[in-house]
Amino acid sequence: MSEQNAAAASRNRRGDSGEYWQALSERRLIIPQCLSCGETYFYPRPFCPFCMSDDIAWVSASGKGTVYSFTTSARAPQFKVPAMVTLDEGPTLMTAIEGIDPASVFIGQKVEVVFAELADGTVVPVFAPVAASVADGKSVD
Amino acid sequence: MNSSNGAYVAGIYEHPTRKADGISLAQLHADVAKGALADAGLSLSDVDAYFCAADAPGIGAMTMAQYMGLKLRYSDSTETGGSSYLVHVRHAAQAIIDGKCDVALITCADNQVASGKFLGLGGVSWREAPEVQYEDCFHTGPLALYGLVAQRHMHEFGTTPEQLAWVKVAASHHAQYNPHALLPKVVSVEEVMASPIVAAPLRRMDCCVMSDGGGAVVLTRRDIAKSLKRPLVKVRGAGEAIKHSNGGKLDITLSAGRESGAQAFAEAGVCASDIQYASLYDSFTITVIVQLEDLGFCEKGRGGQFVADGNLISGSGSLAVNTDGGGLCNNHPGNRGGITKMLEAVRQVRGEAHPRVQVPDCELVLAHGTGGSLAGYHGAATVILGRE
Repeated sequence: MSEQNAAAASRNRRGDSGEYWQALSERRLIIPQCLSCGETYFYPRPFCPFCMSDDIAWVSASGKGTVYSFTTSARAPQFKVPAMVTLDEGPTLMTAIEGIDPASVFIGQKVEVVFAELADGTVVPVFAPVAASVADGKSVD
Repeated sequence: MNSSNGAYVAGIYEHPTRKADGISLAQLHADVAKGALADAGLSLSDVDAYFCAADAPGIGAMTMAQYMGLKLRYSDSTETGGSSYLVHVRHAAQAIIDGKCDVALITCADNQVASGKFLGLGGVSWREAPEVQYEDCFHTGPLALYGLVAQRHMHEFGTTPEQLAWVKVAASHHAQYNPHALLPKVVSVEEVMASPIVAAPLRRMDCCVMSDGGGAVVLTRRDIAKSLKRPLVKVRGAGEAIKHSNGGKLDITLSAGRESGAQAFAEAGVCASDIQYASLYDSFTITVIVQLEDLGFCEKGRGGQFVADGNLISGSGSLAVNTDGGGLCNNHPGNRGGITKMLEAVRQVRGEAHPRVQVPDCELVLAHGTGGSLAGYHGAATVILGRE
């Protein structure tokens, strides 16, 4: 992440996504849900990308999900296992896997949200394996 | 685009440089423009339509129009990353058919290696893009994004690292005949597998080169094309599509090539099995495999098996792909491979590829691009060219 991107991200986090970032700062993951069509979606935006409704509510995510895909990034300053995780609520998001040897991560692995702090103090959602999904390298779904 | 008049490729040019020391970005664009016009037998004063993307310096088409002294009645700076120039071919062909312009010039160029101004995906700064606040901290750009795609493809379809490697091996077999190729040495599957992992499961040799240079394409009306002393190459069909993360309901093993390819094949009235040569975007080896599937050269999920055992090598395989060495071995100016895909497709259909890689009696070819990221958003464009 370039410093310029980080600065822009920091500024934009004070915009219409402020509630999302405020919740994360309190170690809570919330996601938007459309009250018109019922879909949850990610990333947050103040209207539904499926039906264009402005009738949006924040809902608490369970924090549980499944590894959709992952990779490794030796040069990354902070997160060495970039990943996509499908939340139990439905949407798949870009994140990272923490707290496990990269060689032990697998697609289908059950994970749950933990929280990490960026250099500027922003709290972001990352994921770690749930205890039951570490052992055998096999998908449990 | 089966109108009786149609649009024709009149000229192409590839800049020979791979590190443009001492050449400004504007001059690179002008150099490739002049090269393609010379190939066509036309001059800058004949151009009345100009197409460029974010690699061009300044604002849209205006800056380069001033620099090159173009008098334009049509311009288009559609930006879909590395596939932009294939979108431009489609737009230019339609504008010519519609009578909006007569001679369309498309340029792509960059001097990022010489200048050291690496900007990541497609040379574009996307810091104000809405997803940056959610995603940018988690990855360092295209490497990780395509690693995610390869990992998922392997999981869903059983694609193997060795199959990925075969894409690079085929490119290297072609590159040995290209005197301008950055990596002209033939490599084996074992050598690819021995290169270090850079974004699991992708290895260094699964990644395209970073290079300077560029290229240009000139399109024109049939009557003008016929008056020139070059083979008649018609734009038979073209398509474009954009795919994105869809609010988080996604499948990153599928590309927008499925839609752009279907449009192009329908317009040309041909199918994948009719295609004699294909230029496929090869930012990474996995990109080629996904595109082969989505364009219909094989079933979804069978791309790994399709590329194995040298099946993309001209002369021995069933489908010659990227006979210039592609982005994996030849060049990838500005992190944008779209223009070079067009150039080698035109060489093939003209019969002007290197004799060792030329497809015999080549009359119908395809060029396809994927710009952006298969794991995030990307624009795909497909162009089908036929010899008359």
